[in-house]
Amino acid sequence: MGSARDEILGRIRAVDRPAPPPVPRDYERARHADDPVELLAERISDYRATVYRAAVRELPYRIAERLDGRGRIAVPPDVPGEWRVPGVAWLPDDPPLGVSDMEEVDGVLSGCALAIAETGTIVLDAGPAQGRRVLTLVPDYHLCVVRADQIVVSVPEAIERLDPSGPLTFISGPSATSDIELDRVEGVHGPRTLEVLLVG
Amino acid sequence: MGRNPVTWLGSPTFPDAARRALGDTQLRGNLRKATTTIRGKRESVVAELDDWEELRRAGESIKDEVLADLDTQLERLEVAVTERGGVVHWARDADEANRIVLDLVQEEDTDEVVKVKSMATAEIGLNEALADGGVNAIETDLAEVIVQLGDDRPSHILVPAIHRNRAEIKEIFAQMPEPPASDDPRVLAEAARKYLRRKFLSAKVAISGANFGVADTGSIVVVESEGNGRMCLTLPETLITVMGVEKVLPRWQDLEVFLQLLPRSSTAERMNPYTSIWSGVTPGDGPQKFHLVLLDNGRTSTLADEVGRQALRCIRCSACLNVCPVYERTGGQAYGSVYPGPIGAILAPQLAGDLHDEQTASLPYASSLCGACYEVCPVRINIPEVLTHLRAEVVEAKGKRTPEAMAMSAAAWVFGDRKRYEAAQKAGSLTRFLARGGTLSSLPWPGSKWTDTRDAPVVPKESFRSWWRRNRG
Repeated sequence: MGSARDEILGRIRAVDRPAPPPVPRDYERARHADDPVELLAERISDYRATVYRAAVRELPYRIAERLDGRGRIAVPPDVPGEWRVPGVAWLPDDPPLGVSDMEEVDGVLSGCALAIAETGTIVLDAGPAQGRRVLTLVPDYHLCVVRADQIVVSVPEAIERLDPSGPLTFISGPSATSDIELDRVEGVHGPRTLEVLLVG
Repeated sequence: MGRNPVTWLGSPTFPDAARRALGDTQLRGNLRKATTTIRGKRESVVAELDDWEELRRAGESIKDEVLADLDTQLERLEVAVTERGGVVHWARDADEANRIVLDLVQEEDTDEVVKVKSMATAEIGLNEALADGGVNAIETDLAEVIVQLGDDRPSHILVPAIHRNRAEIKEIFAQMPEPPASDDPRVLAEAARKYLRRKFLSAKVAISGANFGVADTGSIVVVESEGNGRMCLTLPETLITVMGVEKVLPRWQDLEVFLQLLPRSSTAERMNPYTSIWSGVTPGDGPQKFHLVLLDNGRTSTLADEVGRQALRCIRCSACLNVCPVYERTGGQAYGSVYPGPIGAILAPQLAGDLHDEQTASLPYASSLCGACYEVCPVRINIPEVLTHLRAEVVEAKGKRTPEAMAMSAAAWVFGDRKRYEAAQKAGSLTRFLARGGTLSSLPWPGSKWTDTRDAPVVPKESFRSWWRRNRG
């Protein structure tokens, strides 16, 4: 008996499989939205996440407003300096926080790689201002900053822009389940509160 | 090679199981409520996309391309995953896959693993195999927790505990260290969160399935809602993913099609709450050991069937279950397999590969052939076509000596001659004396084989041929 690999590949090759016609890609690749920022805000709100709008200049003020009284906030080490407003007990992930530290924190602040307006989705790719995956997972509160220039309208536009070499996380609203009577309930294992700050 | 566990050993045939299920009014109520809700939601999110049909055709076509080129795509995936620090294993059947996973878990010197909901691992009976090897597998998806703690079996692909309502779930959760105080779904979800938190934080090994594996980048995709997937895919040091060989996609770009088709078809959302995508191992982020187990378990023999192979396009969305009039009334457990509903009726028998088995052979008949499943399928699997094809194979497998085959050859003899045919029609009219209220519900043998499971209309007093001769002849 040969290896499982050889045998499985052999079984496949023994089947007569005519080459199929080329994939028709006549679906819409880019979709138009009159106001992508507004569309994103509306779609994220549909998932019962809270969306706040901020002008570029007022971002630090808005961050302070959101985090006021929230306690200890974990943060990727490379967020822009102006995000780390005074008055918040910051816990930078450098050196890396232990999982038990993360259990203790009251929330996390991060940026994102891009956002998909049509589906109300934020994508993290472990790039600038996003940190390790665990950082935006274990804390129960997640404040995510999305810049207007990071917004695309459709899923195909997002896939084209993303780099699959690092780990990616697509987030569409807070953790939820439809497991009880197929009715959506927010808040299971991931952050139960998701707040999004749309800048610009 | 042992028996394929894709169908459950000792399950009754579908008609017997269905009869029992139909008597359970609680079950029927739960199912009707859940499937009605999801059908409405699905329809409205699908209607939002003008290009839904184009997406379906693209999805169908990409999957057909994969099947036509499966050997090459798997080899490409293996190379890409290995280059990024993962280890690829191949498993011919359930036993082999289970052994590979158990060995990998034992290498990590642990006797407890956390699991992301996965059809492939349910299909191969991995939890039972791990238990036999002294490893406790903890399901972390809410519905799987309900099934596991209830010592129950799944009844739906997406929502395995769809047959349970909130009150029943509260009862099942009473055995948790901190039982829920009410049957409010929010309270039940909170109870599951508390119950599993410690498990996530302490587990050394996680086991998952895969929705997609991208050949050119080595990316594995897991689509979920609760965050239990993210927990399992991020926290433990070792991650083992079991993936059916047909889940491979050729190109990264192909995800732009499936990440639109899948969430709208399954949970009826524009996008599911969380999708995780990873390629091999990322230093300093997530598991530092990654194993991918590529599973055959009947898939290559399904591939060999020209009509039946389209079942391998399935992306496990379960839209076909939610629209099926048969599923809605019998529930999923009647199908005796982790794959219930219309897709189960064509997938389970093909994966099992044994149409001599009475239960397996009964599955292609678990349908009225209404075609609703084909209409909603995001990858356009012509389920009615495969059902009738498999029915023909079931008849073939039974051979020529069955009552059905003999009845058919008798019918051929009768239909072959005008006099014989007319005599038979006359004899048929005599059954009128057995009728009540316009239907026949209990014919003497061999007619009882038919009327045991359904009514027959009364045969008219006179045949059309004889009426024609009398009036126009």
